[in-house]
Amino acid sequence: MSASTLEIELRGSVGALTIDLALSASAGPTVIVGPNGAGKTSLLMMILGALPPVGGRVAVDGVVVFDRARGLDLPVEQRGIGFLPQRDTLFPHLDVLENVGYGMAAWPRAERPGRALVALRELGAEGLAARRPEGLSGGEAQRVALARALAPAPRALLLDEPLAALDVGLRREVRSFLAAHLRRLAIPTLVVTHDRADAEAFAAEIVVVEAGSIVQRGRLAELAARPATDFVRQFLVA
Amino acid sequence: MSAPPTARRAAGVGVAWSLLLGALSGFLLLLILLPIAGLLFTASPRELLRGLRDPMVGPAIRLTLATTLASLALVIGCGTPLAWVLVQRRGRGWRLVETIVQLPVVLPPAVAGVALLLAFGRRGLLGPALGGLGIGLPFTRAAVVLAETFVAAPFYLQAAIAAFRRLSPELVLVARTLGASPPRVFFTVALPISKGALAGGAAMSWARALGEFGATLMFAGNLSGRTQTLPLAIYTALESDLRTAQSLSIVLVAVAFALLVAMRVGTRT
Repeated sequence: MSASTLEIELRGSVGALTIDLALSASAGPTVIVGPNGAGKTSLLMMILGALPPVGGRVAVDGVVVFDRARGLDLPVEQRGIGFLPQRDTLFPHLDVLENVGYGMAAWPRAERPGRALVALRELGAEGLAARRPEGLSGGEAQRVALARALAPAPRALLLDEPLAALDVGLRREVRSFLAAHLRRLAIPTLVVTHDRADAEAFAAEIVVVEAGSIVQRGRLAELAARPATDFVRQFLVA
Repeated sequence: MSAPPTARRAAGVGVAWSLLLGALSGFLLLLILLPIAGLLFTASPRELLRGLRDPMVGPAIRLTLATTLASLALVIGCGTPLAWVLVQRRGRGWRLVETIVQLPVVLPPAVAGVALLLAFGRRGLLGPALGGLGIGLPFTRAAVVLAETFVAAPFYLQAAIAAFRRLSPELVLVARTLGASPPRVFFTVALPISKGALAGGAAMSWARALGEFGATLMFAGNLSGRTQTLPLAIYTALESDLRTAQSLSIVLVAVAFALLVAMRVGTRT
């Protein structure tokens, strides 16, 4: 069986974005770094379908979800792409198990709690099932949010600064947990971060985006050996 | 040991400041409390109960309940979607719409009455069309509901718009990525998270409808049993029996106070 893939080829009007990227699940997570305003979040929004690109094509696991030339533009909820934002991640009016079950509308109602519990168990968070979001620590909330994103079996996963809202102590703990878990995923995974330690922990490959285009890509060691821009040099030092 | 002069001066300023604060806030408090005390304490309970037995009281209470509940249903049923639409849309035109729907809050009730007549009256914008269908709105129960809705809707809209705006866009997007269509996001995320604020806005809006007087008088008239709501009954009673007017006023004060308390409790949680 060939590894599932995420093919991105986007042109956006926001910051004149031009991105050409193919991810494969077997290669491990890809990390996108870049200065503020480089278009990292816009890129995620376009892949998810929350922001309209001016052109290009996005295919997840061989399924085309956006193709400007063919006039194809699936709405967010039909793209099968999981998403973990940096904050405000859990539904405050639902308990943890209901949060994780929210994305399982396609499954029979009776099966949802059981499946949600399995998703929580895989992240070592089944003990939180009955808790309310307001009582969770930032790290616990991100675990639950990841379980919820993965529960409906998405074809790809996007994470937008998943550690940025956590305080420093928690960040280290959640980083190592996330890194270990993301590496085990059998789906293409894209992480946006501005933190070098995150990039180092998560990434098989780092993609540097500046002013809407990819300026360099490679492993951390390759970037360190030949930094293409000032930003890459600074990023490696930080 | 006596305090140094600067400390003594500071103590003097402190006393003067307290007196000034006390005098100014006390004046306004009295201005608000005295009329309410007047309503409550100038008649014996027996006189008030006799006032409530006036033949126009029963129909006025029933009509007020029926029309304000109908207008509340209109306000919630149409106002919630309107607030949701206004929050989703960007652009100057939509911001202008948002401002215009707040206009009835600052409009004098008499102006609201004239405006309603010029929209739905016989010679109004929709008059000929409605007349063609055999519908005459002014001086009917429907006119009472329209007048109440016109003046009360902005209070609910304001609360609903603020509540929907507080909703995190990330949360909405996450719900979509979890397979939820826009209607499902509205019903399972936006509404439940905003329900406390929506209930508070509904209470404010209902309280405003209960007190509606000027626009109703001009657009629906003051016909006992047909368009005479509680505030109009109070106005009419004032000419014949002060105690009846007073009893009805106390009923409205009690309801308004209960709504205010409910709203404060509701929005705190």
